Amino acid sequence: MNDIRIEFRGTLGRFSLDAAFTVPAIGVTTLFGPSGCGKTTVLRCIAGLQRLDGVCIVADEIWQNDKTFRPAHQRDIGYVFQEASLFAHLSVRRNLLYGAIRTGAIRFEEVVDLLGLAKLLDRAPQNLSGGERQRVAIGRALLSQPRLLLMDEPLSALDRITKEEILPFLERLQETLALPIIHVSHDMTEVERLADHLVLMQAGRVVASGPLTTLQSDPSLSLVQSREAAVSLHAIVESFDVVDGLASLVVNGGRFLAPSAPVAQGTRRRLRILAGDVSLARTPQHSTIVNTLPARILKTTPTGTHGITAVLGLGPEGAGDRILARVTQRSWKLLELSQGMDVHAQIKGVALISGSPP
Amino acid sequence: MTGLPPDIWQPIALSIELAAITTIVLLALGTPIAWWLARSNAWWKELVATFVAIPLVLPPTVLGFYLLVVLGPNGPGGVLAGLWGGRTLAFTFQGLVIGSTLYSMPFVVQPIRNAFEAMGDRPMEVAATLRASPLRAFWTVAIPQARAGFLAGAVLGFAHTIGEFGVVLMIGGNIPGQTKVLSVAIYDYVETAQWHQANVLAAGMVAFSFAVILALRLIEKRIGRA
Repeated sequence: MNDIRIEFRGTLGRFSLDAAFTVPAIGVTTLFGPSGCGKTTVLRCIAGLQRLDGVCIVADEIWQNDKTFRPAHQRDIGYVFQEASLFAHLSVRRNLLYGAIRTGAIRFEEVVDLLGLAKLLDRAPQNLSGGERQRVAIGRALLSQPRLLLMDEPLSALDRITKEEILPFLERLQETLALPIIHVSHDMTEVERLADHLVLMQAGRVVASGPLTTLQSDPSLSLVQSREAAVSLHAIVESFDVVDGLASLVVNGGRFLAPSAPVAQGTRRRLRILAGDVSLARTPQHSTIVNTLPARILKTTPTGTHGITAVLGLGPEGAGDRILARVTQRSWKLLELSQGMDVHAQIKGVALISGSPP
Repeated sequence: MTGLPPDIWQPIALSIELAAITTIVLLALGTPIAWWLARSNAWWKELVATFVAIPLVLPPTVLGFYLLVVLGPNGPGGVLAGLWGGRTLAFTFQGLVIGSTLYSMPFVVQPIRNAFEAMGDRPMEVAATLRASPLRAFWTVAIPQARAGFLAGAVLGFAHTIGEFGVVLMIGGNIPGQTKVLSVAIYDYVETAQWHQANVLAAGMVAFSFAVILALRLIEKRIGRA
């Protein structure tokens, strides 16, 4: 019963929504899809801000089913809107405290500290930058002691620099507070950094739902075909080489070296590996590429007019984490590659994309 | 002010009392109407809005005439007055409050409705996601955010009531201390050729009106910006 079960169906004008998914009530779930696919509507229905027929059960609490509908103010949610929507007539401090009518696990000082709000407390919302406002909005939502945090593209209204300023806060949030988050986004880089679980939406329907890496490496889904196709892997820091400035990171079925700032052993990190950065070889080769890992070709799918995307399983039997490799059909034939074959994956670039500063 | 009869203060005090009470009644009744007009999707809401706005164009004497019928001994007003042993609500202070409320309603409802509409749905949604009940959200978010509209509505309602003449003349008559308000007093002084007294009151009204409009402009500038 530690799931979040969602089912909504109905029509809004000419748009029809029929979305159902169940995700674990832990970690970050991202609703991902193009603009107008109904992501925000689903989020608003979960919050009780909008009413469509359906079911909404969060862990053991029924928020909506055939018989009941809890109004928004009786659901233990935090909601971060696309625009910060701070109360203009209240100071930052009073905005933060507006929903903090009961005390709970999330303390005021902790939120102020986590989101870096100490210097802003006595300012008026009008005098804050876009990034600062959004941080206050997140803090305000947290201080209402939610059981579930809902975020509607919280970063989309911000420029890239401000985004880079907020993303680490969101990552720390996830590490510090064990609070499930459902988050709406159409930005894949946000998804790769934050999401544990992904719900793919298109035209009011759920196309697929599952752990991020599973969906990223599923050749039947459109993510694999994208020019920016990539997988996110969970890694644990094994050691750090001060001389070379490289961290050794263990994933399921392999070990990567990646340039990094000094980092402590045992730290969790997320790696992003672009399909375009992975090439294949039949035998281990001498090259400038640091990361060459044994892997097995599990599946393939044609990509574009002359390309092939291969799903690789890391490790000798291909039983480890999945990554993607994008190669041309020409080299595929030249090397006589085929499904089920053991190969060596040469990975040109490994990006460490998350983790709070050590 | 030398040379003024002491009874010149009575209509002034009465006008202020009438306007103050009317403004309070207007805010109490006008706020829910304005809220409903701003938020409802009912197709007939513009009919209600039109009804509220009619006094803007209706000759005050017409409104006064119908009020006289309704408030008089044979109308519902007479029945109501019977409850405390009266015979009619016409030609009473209470009758003036009822008339002024109807007459000034559009001046209060419109700015408050505009302010609620300008606020949009979002602040109330935010309040709901922060566990505020609709009532708490209304008091702590909607009213403070619409304060410019409330101030403008209160000032307009007060000023418009001070200045009303036609309705008062129809339903109030000219009873000193009861229904003889400022505008009627001016008329009265002129009728009896007391030009000096009429002039004092009239000039006072000019200054008052100037102050009201100026105040409105400042409210708009100060709060409308926030």
